Amino acid sequence: MNKTWLIIQREYSSRVKNKRFLILTFLTPLLIVGLIAASIYFSVSGVEYRKIAVIDPNGYIKTSLKNTNQISFSFPTNVDTSNYIQKGYTDILILPQFEKGKKSDYILRSQKSMGLMLQESISSRINSAIEDQMLQDAGIQQNILDSIHKASQVAELKAYEDKGSSSKESNAGLAMGIGYASGLLIYMTMFIYGAMVMRGVMEEKTNRIAEVIISSVKPFELMMGKIIGIGAVGLTQFLLWIILIIGLTSAAAGFLPSDIQSQVETLQQNNGQMAGGMMQANESAQRIYDFQHTMATANWPLIIFCFIFYFLGGYLFYAALFAAVGSTVNEDPQDAQSLMFPITMPLIFSYIITNMVTQNPNTPIAFWASMIPFSSPMVMMARVAYGVPSAVTYWELALSMLCLVAGFIFTTWLSGRIYRTGILLYGKKVTWKIMFKWAFKKA
Amino acid sequence: MGLYLKYKFLTMDALLSLQNLKKYYATQKAVDDISFDIERGSIFGLLGPNGAGKTTLLRMITGIFYPDSGNILLEGTAFNPMLDVEKIGYMPEERGMYKKMKIGEQAIYLAQLKGMSKAEATEKIKYWFKKFEMESWWNKKVEDLSKGMSQKLQFVITVLHEPKLIILDEPFSGLDPLNANLIKDEIYALAKKGSTIIFSTHRMEQVEEICDHIVLVNLGKKILDGSVAGIKQQFKENNFSIEIKAGSSISSNAIFTVINDTDAKYLIKINEGYTVNNVLQHIIEQKIELIGFNEVLPSLNEIFIKLVEGTHAGARAFQNI
Repeated sequence: MNKTWLIIQREYSSRVKNKRFLILTFLTPLLIVGLIAASIYFSVSGVEYRKIAVIDPNGYIKTSLKNTNQISFSFPTNVDTSNYIQKGYTDILILPQFEKGKKSDYILRSQKSMGLMLQESISSRINSAIEDQMLQDAGIQQNILDSIHKASQVAELKAYEDKGSSSKESNAGLAMGIGYASGLLIYMTMFIYGAMVMRGVMEEKTNRIAEVIISSVKPFELMMGKIIGIGAVGLTQFLLWIILIIGLTSAAAGFLPSDIQSQVETLQQNNGQMAGGMMQANESAQRIYDFQHTMATANWPLIIFCFIFYFLGGYLFYAALFAAVGSTVNEDPQDAQSLMFPITMPLIFSYIITNMVTQNPNTPIAFWASMIPFSSPMVMMARVAYGVPSAVTYWELALSMLCLVAGFIFTTWLSGRIYRTGILLYGKKVTWKIMFKWAFKKA
Repeated sequence: MGLYLKYKFLTMDALLSLQNLKKYYATQKAVDDISFDIERGSIFGLLGPNGAGKTTLLRMITGIFYPDSGNILLEGTAFNPMLDVEKIGYMPEERGMYKKMKIGEQAIYLAQLKGMSKAEATEKIKYWFKKFEMESWWNKKVEDLSKGMSQKLQFVITVLHEPKLIILDEPFSGLDPLNANLIKDEIYALAKKGSTIIFSTHRMEQVEEICDHIVLVNLGKKILDGSVAGIKQQFKENNFSIEIKAGSSISSNAIFTVINDTDAKYLIKINEGYTVNNVLQHIIEQKIELIGFNEVLPSLNEIFIKLVEGTHAGARAFQNI
């Protein structure tokens, strides 16, 4: 144990002192912020505008069709399919003669193909125009209709989870975000740190230092020392990221103008309302309050606990397998590629399931994928974000954790057996079949 | 009782005893029932062609592999890899270092793995670095060292924790004669201080020079065990070198056979039933002026080749399944 501790220390300090680690740790949060900023920028600047000529034979929706900020509809005369481009339109929309109670199609012709979002937006505009027109035909006046539309935007869905006597506000959007982000983070770290373990093992083998060390410690101690040491590097990195993010956001909050800060405080004290009869809260203050309010709906201590648990469990599960692969590689690092495939496949597959589970946390596939240790670190995080015990019951969580612990004990045992043979064997191309033979032969 | 006493007597001086060691792999018998003792303070040569089972044997002695059957006794008690690794210093043939790690740190780390404290290790390393004029290397990385330099470092790391048993697998490969002598002198000094050294190599002239006792293994079996001088006596072939005055000559006859002659120097083999005196008598009778007469013992190299040749040991590639 004492020697394993020495190995852990070496693995840890040789990596944490490395310049690459420091750069990666401090640049990654900046990179993520930069990526978010860039994607917002591109989604704003990359918007395409469409100018659509509408051919409406009997002018049925001429008055009720409304423009969006991306689409402008107009009803020109003497424009048809042959000349709409020359006349300066991007598309032409040909409506049928509407008849009551009869479903009919309308046709859109474009020079440039149109994205799905834009098509759906056009379709919903047309349908609501038809609906409005029908309501007007039924005798409702335009100004009443407008006021109804306006009034209907006021209401907002607030979902609550009932558990026993207490009821807690929930937020599916936030849950989805947390589930997705933590699943992605675990997915990435499995790859990054798993590959780090594999490279470390390969280095020791190809450097031929393995035999020197194994004459002092047991192969299993060397493997575990490496796995734990690198896992500690991962935890350190997360810790630094959390500190960095908290630091950055509180620093950013310090830059807020003082009147907004005081308004946010007032909102917090009055449960989202400005003090009686006071003016409407400043829009930025309202947004900051809303953000804080939404964030507060998540059970952060549980999520952070689960995240650390599933990160460590998943890491131990996969790192052992990566170590086993590393130990079988000879001089040629290319060998690792094909042997890694059976490990990376379940990782990628789990990531795909995670994406589905972030939207539907309670399907049978979500349940099973959150029990099987190959995928549970990612999938269970996506489910836990929806709340315990409302989306995931306590026994499910406990069972999943138990399976993961059993899983990594098994992979560590299995890999230990492959590793101790592989690490000293040179000049033989190893396949998965041979690795299984090593794993299950008698000692 | 008598057997017990005999056994006790035989092993009294042995630092290490191997008894009926076996290690079989799926495709071959890597070590097939090998026994021998190694005397405390001796320099012991473990010889054998490639694939003979030397590495497997050494790995069992160092606790890397467990024997399938048989016993290893270290100082008379069963070898326990967990505790006894600290009594052993092993320098494998294929050896390496962490390329990116500083040399001083690396030496301390490897010494700590052998159970030394950090302070103790630092002190010892400084002593050896000074002795081998390596002090300036402390903060260098292994990737900046030449092969010979890293070889010296390996040697220092192997002997640093003052092991009772030092195992050196081809310690001189890649060293220039100057550094080879430096290491050789250290090996003598360590043996003198009481360390036991197992020396494994293919270079027979080095074995002849350094070792007290050798064991030759081939195809997983021990085929020779004895002192270097004793083995040479055992394999002597009644060969003698004769130098006579230029201008005269000798030729094969009933007493001896000339194997080789160059410039009045002859290598002869005395035929069965005759002795050195018969040869000398013959030369005197022939009125040939004798300048030199010496017994020629076979070199270990010749013995090695004679014993191993034709056994196809080379075809036995190392496999470990």
